[in-house]
Amino acid sequence: MKPPLNRNMGSTWWLSRGAYFLIMLRELSAVFIAAYLVFFLICLYKVGQGPEAYGAYLRFLWSPGMILFHLVALAFALLHMVTWFNATPKAVRVWRGEERVPPALMIGPNYAVWAVITAFIIWVVLK
Amino acid sequence: MGTPTTQRTIKLEVFRYRPEEEDEPTFQTYEVPYREDWVVLDALNHIKDTVDGTLSYRWSCRMGVCGSCGMMVNGYPKLTCAAFLRDYYPNAIRVEPLVNFPVERDLVINMDDFMRKLKAVKPWIIRKKEQPLAEGEYRQTPAELAQYKQFSMCINCMLCYSACPVVGREEGFIGPAVLALGQRYNLDSRDQGRAQRQETIFGHEGIWECTFVGECSTVCPKDVDPAGAIQMAKVQGAMEYMKTLLPWGQRS
Repeated sequence: MKPPLNRNMGSTWWLSRGAYFLIMLRELSAVFIAAYLVFFLICLYKVGQGPEAYGAYLRFLWSPGMILFHLVALAFALLHMVTWFNATPKAVRVWRGEERVPPALMIGPNYAVWAVITAFIIWVVLK
Repeated sequence: MGTPTTQRTIKLEVFRYRPEEEDEPTFQTYEVPYREDWVVLDALNHIKDTVDGTLSYRWSCRMGVCGSCGMMVNGYPKLTCAAFLRDYYPNAIRVEPLVNFPVERDLVINMDDFMRKLKAVKPWIIRKKEQPLAEGEYRQTPAELAQYKQFSMCINCMLCYSACPVVGREEGFIGPAVLALGQRYNLDSRDQGRAQRQETIFGHEGIWECTFVGECSTVCPKDVDPAGAIQMAKVQGAMEYMKTLLPWGQRS
């Protein structure tokens, strides 16, 4: 008797469904966030080298290519943030007796903390 | 009321694989009467009864309890007893066996590997020492029941295995339903078998294979949320690992 037929999913499975594609984008977001951090660490290194090196690096960061990169990285960072924030109630379930604390109450504080930290950073940068 | 002169019909493109006749699967198109209250399973039964008796598929209860009629309907894993023709009409409906499983014949998949994994997680209440019947049942409060009840609703339909790309890529992955069931017992206040499920759930082929695609929970017909169960276990596992790193923690 023949063994059962195996159907492999192939290499383009992630294009077959919107949800799969979004997950792949979420996974890809890590690459852009890592790249952003590398540029940021170089920036700190240049600060240590003195005003001239720092100025030259800032001019490089303001080049059109780098601005485009930062916009793309920002979009990926937001996607990363929103998808993981919204996933919080999956990983953490809080109970009040027999009732589960509604997922929205678990997601909300993430955004609140994010808003506070962002406001603080904006305040530090602009003051 | 007169009889309609033309009966409305709908086309079903059905995956056929007859191992004794062919090496590659084919699709066979059947035209069946369209009825508002028919589900895909009704259409398959119509084909089997009146058109082509050679078509093979599994089904039993017709009411979303037995979990045996799961198939790919237009590429999505569904219980065919809950997939109404009216949601697809007038387009053709493509019916395939659940993906990520070997196919035995037509729409019938081989579930041996699933059954092996299911058994590995020991989905029953384990006691260190069984108390005698005379001492009565193991009691539980409604709040303790609520902790695991959602994960206990699984009907082993395996739709989540078809929705999960990790199951498709990693043969050893224990998979969503079984991990959720493991959590169901680990979270049960009457159970004391956590250590016996440790390797299956928290080992290399358990929860850490999961990349949290989340489609298992989307396709689940019983709202079990296996993705949630797995992420909970990850948090739990990570916390326990962190504790072993503390100077006063226990290293195993």
